[in-house]
This record gives sequence, C-alpha cells and structure tokens, in this order.
Amino acid sequence: MLSKKQLYFKGMVDVSPHMLSVIPFGIICGAIGIELGFNPYLVYGMSIIIFGGASQIVFLQLLSGGASALIAVTSVGVINSRHLLYGAVLSEYLQKLSLIKKLLISYLVVDQGFAESNKFFKKNKTEQYLHYHLIGTGSTLWVCWQISTLAGIVLGSFVPAELGLKFAIPLTFIAVVVQDLKKIDHVIVMITCGISSLIFFDAPFKSYIIISPILALIIAALLLRFKK
Amino acid sequence: MSWTSIIIAGVLTYLTRMTMVALVRREMLGDKLKEVLTYVPSAVFPAIIFPAVFFNDSGTFVEISDPKIFASIIAIVVGYFSRNVIATISSGLISYWIILFF
Repeated sequence: MLSKKQLYFKGMVDVSPHMLSVIPFGIICGAIGIELGFNPYLVYGMSIIIFGGASQIVFLQLLSGGASALIAVTSVGVINSRHLLYGAVLSEYLQKLSLIKKLLISYLVVDQGFAESNKFFKKNKTEQYLHYHLIGTGSTLWVCWQISTLAGIVLGSFVPAELGLKFAIPLTFIAVVVQDLKKIDHVIVMITCGISSLIFFDAPFKSYIIISPILALIIAALLLRFKK
Repeated sequence: MSWTSIIIAGVLTYLTRMTMVALVRREMLGDKLKEVLTYVPSAVFPAIIFPAVFFNDSGTFVEISDPKIFASIIAIVVGYFSRNVIATISSGLISYWIILFF
C-alpha cells in the first residue's frame, strides 16, 4: 500500500516527461494570443478558467477571424467534450470519493494526466488513495501550463514559428499510445479514429475531435463481439 | 473577446470534466461498456495525432515527403522499442529539425 504522498509523487514523476511538449505548447498558446492582438489579462485568464490548450488556441483564432462569441464558445465545448470519455473511464476509480472531492479533482482532468494516471490505475486497482496519483499528474500539468502560457504572453513574438514546436503535440500523444500498437484490436481502433479525424476535419465546431472517438469506440465494441 | 465568453467557455469545459466523474456509478456501467471504455486512449488520441501530422496550417494535406511524416515514423519506432516518453518526443523533434534545417 502506497501512502498519499508516494502516490502524489508517482503521479508527478509519471507525467513529467510530457513537459517536453506541454511547455512549448503553452508558450505558443500565450504568444498566439498576443500576436492576434488580445488583451494579455484575458489571454492568461483562459489558462486558469478554461485550462485546455487546444481549445484555447481555437477560441483565440476563431474570435480573431471574426467568428461570433457563440461559435467560439460552442467550439470550446465540442473540443473539450472528449473529457466526458475520460471521466467515464476514471469514474470507476474515483467513485468512493465524496462529491466535493470529485468536483475538485475534475478540474484537473487533462489529456496527458488522464493518459498516465489511467495507465497507473489499471495496474494498481487495489491502492486505497489512487486519486492522489491523478492529483499529482493534474497539478503538475496545471503549474506548468500556467507558467508556460505566462512565458508565452511575455515573450510574445520572440518565439520563432519556424521551429515548428507545435509538432511536439502529436509526438506527446504518439508516446502515450505507441505501446498499444502491439495489440491488433487497438491498432484497428487507432486507425479508425485517425482516418475519420482526417475525413471529418472540416465538420462544424471542430467536431471531428469527438466524432472520430465515437466511431472508433463503435468499432471497438464490434471487435469485442467478434472476439467472443 | 470578453470575460463573459471566457467564463462561459470555462464553465462548459469544467462540465465536460465533471459530469461523468460526479454522476456515473459503477452499477450504471455494464461489463461490456467497461470493456469498450478500455479502448478510450486508442480511440481519442489519434484524432489529435493524425490532423497534426497529415495537415499543414492551412488545413490541406501535406506532401508524402513532409518531414512531419518521417519524424513521426522515427518517434513511433523509438517509442515502441524504448518505452520511454522523453526518447519518443525528442527523437521525433530532433529528426524533424534535422530534415527541416539541413
């Protein structure tokens, strides 16, 4: 049985390699806001209030492109609807917690934290204080996100776009799923999701980001049926 | 852009994070559904990976010779054998920069 502190620390350690992509992405996110001419306080406020990198960038770009606030807000909701899937997975591990703890921890559920904590949970189902691992991954990502978006706002256009730092984002998620390429059923699910994200890329409100996972999960359900 | 729209976007985002965690109980998910949910990482993350690799900034397909495609293959091979996140990301970035600048 690990202590709360040990689990928290384990979460921090497990998620820390992802800083290699989160920090550049945060800097880009802050810099884009300034480059597009938005008020720095508003740009930074998003990092605390929304706390979701991809959706923050889309929000800024839509508004600067002349889209209405309604369209921008809807897009943020659609992009972030993938958290519903993370929540459904995590609910099993968090269900013993009180409602207030669930409400607080929810704020910290982000892609990389979910990915690493979910891997840990699967292997350590019996641990009593599992949620401390999720707090460890989530709070580490939170602190890095705040510092790096702030750095981006201050540095602004000093960050050269030619470096292509945005490319660190797909790489961080390749690192998350690459071990599952050993399993053919997972490969089929990944390819389904990937191809449909290319097909539906121009669907309204960036909805490809939730359409593709749903299609891929339907394929997963069919595969499970065939297996039996 | 105003504080109102940011706050509404933030509340919406928080709801996406909180809804399932707070409302779903174990009895509500059948064994079959739980099994399907084990595929969530494989079913979600490629939707972030594929467009970022295969589309350029203007949303059109990249050339087959694009450095992002080659660098992704390097990262997949390195990640597969090293099982190491830092090695995966840095091998991808470094090979991307080498092709881009030389």
